[in-house]
Amino acid sequence: MPNVTYISHTGETTTIDVPVGTTVMENAIKNGIDGIVAECGGAMMCATCHVYVDPAFLDRLDPIGDEQEEMLGATAAERKSNSRLSCQIHMKPQLAGLIVRMPERQT
Amino acid sequence: MTPGIVIVGGGQAGLEAAAALRTLGYDGPVTLICEEAHAPYQRPPLSKDFLMGKQEADSVFLRALAYYEKHRIDLVLGDRATEINRGARLVHLAGGGTVAYEQLILAVGARNRALPVSGAEHALYLRSLDEAVTLRQRLAEARHGVVVIGGGFIGLEVAAAARGAGKAVTVIEAAPRLMARAVSPVLSDFFLDVHRGQGADVLLNTAVVEVRPDCVTLTGGWRINADLVVVGIGVVPNIELARDAGLEVSDGVTVDEFLRTSDPDIFAIGDCAHHPRARLESVQNAVDQAKCVARAIMGNPAPYRDVPWFWTDQYEIRFQMVGLAAGYDQSVLRGSIEDRKFSVFYFKQRRLLAVDSVNRFGDHIAARKILAAGTALTPEQAGDETADLKRLITLNQS
Repeated sequence: MPNVTYISHTGETTTIDVPVGTTVMENAIKNGIDGIVAECGGAMMCATCHVYVDPAFLDRLDPIGDEQEEMLGATAAERKSNSRLSCQIHMKPQLAGLIVRMPERQT
Repeated sequence: MTPGIVIVGGGQAGLEAAAALRTLGYDGPVTLICEEAHAPYQRPPLSKDFLMGKQEADSVFLRALAYYEKHRIDLVLGDRATEINRGARLVHLAGGGTVAYEQLILAVGARNRALPVSGAEHALYLRSLDEAVTLRQRLAEARHGVVVIGGGFIGLEVAAAARGAGKAVTVIEAAPRLMARAVSPVLSDFFLDVHRGQGADVLLNTAVVEVRPDCVTLTGGWRINADLVVVGIGVVPNIELARDAGLEVSDGVTVDEFLRTSDPDIFAIGDCAHHPRARLESVQNAVDQAKCVARAIMGNPAPYRDVPWFWTDQYEIRFQMVGLAAGYDQSVLRGSIEDRKFSVFYFKQRRLLAVDSVNRFGDHIAARKILAAGTALTPEQAGDETADLKRLITLNQS
C-alpha cells in the first residue's frame, strides 16, 4: 500500500499507509495527525486542509481545477506554488511516497 | 481535581470549542459530554456523499479517538446532561455522575422538528449518524417511490440522493416556494427547475395530513404511494437544559455578543445559541463561535462578528451562500442562470448584505472577503462581469 509522509511546521514527521482512492486529508484526520484541520470535512469550503506538496511530486498531482484555485485564495497561511487542499489529493500509485508539509496555521 | 471547562454537546461546535481551548493553550481539564455513543462527527456528508454511498461512516468523524487522548480532552460518550446546578457549578449526568465546572459551554444543538400528523412514526428523519445509516439502507430498499416532506436544504439533498439512486421522488413543501426560510425567490425558482428537470415531482403550497406505511395523504384527500417517507421540516433548538437552570431562552439559548448566557460562567454556541444578530444552523457558525468562546475563556474576548457562510450540494449544483440577505431592497445578477453559473448580490441602501452563488466559487470567495473587510462594492460593479471582484479587494487593501 502506498504511504504518505506528513511533516509538521516544527519538523515532526509521520509516515502512514494511505489506501488508493482516499484523500491525504482524511487519512491525516483518521490517524490523529495534527496540522490538517478540515473544518468542512472535505467539501472544499474552508481551506483548512492546506498543505505544501513536496516539489518532487507536483507534476504527478491532478490539475488544480478552477474551484480549488479559488479556495486556495482563502488559506490562512501563505499560498505558494506548491499549495494544495489535501482533501482534493486522492492517493494513486504514482503518488506513493508523497511528502506534504503542513503550514503553521490553518485558521 | 480542580474543575475546568465542561462542554455539553458532542456536535461540531462542542468539539471545535475543546480543540480551540487546547490550541490557545488552556491547560486545565476539558470535558466533552456527548449524548450519542459516537465521537463528534460531521453532519454535511450525512445528506450527501454518505447517503449516496460514496463515503463510509468511518470517515465522518471530526477527530480520531487518539486525538482526545493526546490533547487531554475527557470524552464522555453516550451520556447526557440532565441538569445544571448553577449555584454549585455542577452538571448532572443521566448516567448518575456529576461534573464540576469552572466555566460551562452549552453546545447542545437542535433536534428534528416532529411532523405533527397521524402516522408520522412511519417516517424517517435525518440529523444524526444513526438516522443516516438507517436512511441509507431504506433508500437502497425503496421500490415504490420516496416522498420527502419539506423542501428545505435537508429535504432537497435527500431528494437529489434518491433521484441519483433512480427512485421516484415527490417533494412536498407547504410554503409557496423551496428553501423559503433561507433563500430568495430567484434561487427558489432555480432549484424548482433543477429538481423537476431531474424528474422529481415537486408540490408547493401542499401539506401532508397523514402518513401510512405505504402512502401519504395530502389535504384534499390525494394520496401518493411511497414505501419511504422522509421528513425534513427543520429543527428546534434544545433550550430545555438552559431553561430549567433559569437561563434566559428564546428561539435558542440567549447569548450576548461574546456568546455569554445570562450566567457569566455559562456560554452557548452553535445551533442552540441565539446571538443578537441571529441563531444560525451551520458548520461555519459552529466552528467560528467555538473559536470565539475559547478566546473569551482565555481572557481575550472579542465580539462574535464572523461573516456567515453556508453551502448545499444538490445534483451537480454547488450552491454557496455568504452573509445574511434579510431586509435586502435590491438584488443584482452576475453570470447566467441558464448556464447554471451565476451569483445574486443582495444590497440594502446600496450596501452589500449577502451573495448567493451557484457554481461560482470565485464570486463566493471574493464575497467572503468583501463582507469581512467591509470593502465597498456597488450594485453596478456586482452586475458588471468586467469588474474583477478580486482586484477590488486588492485595491481596497493597498
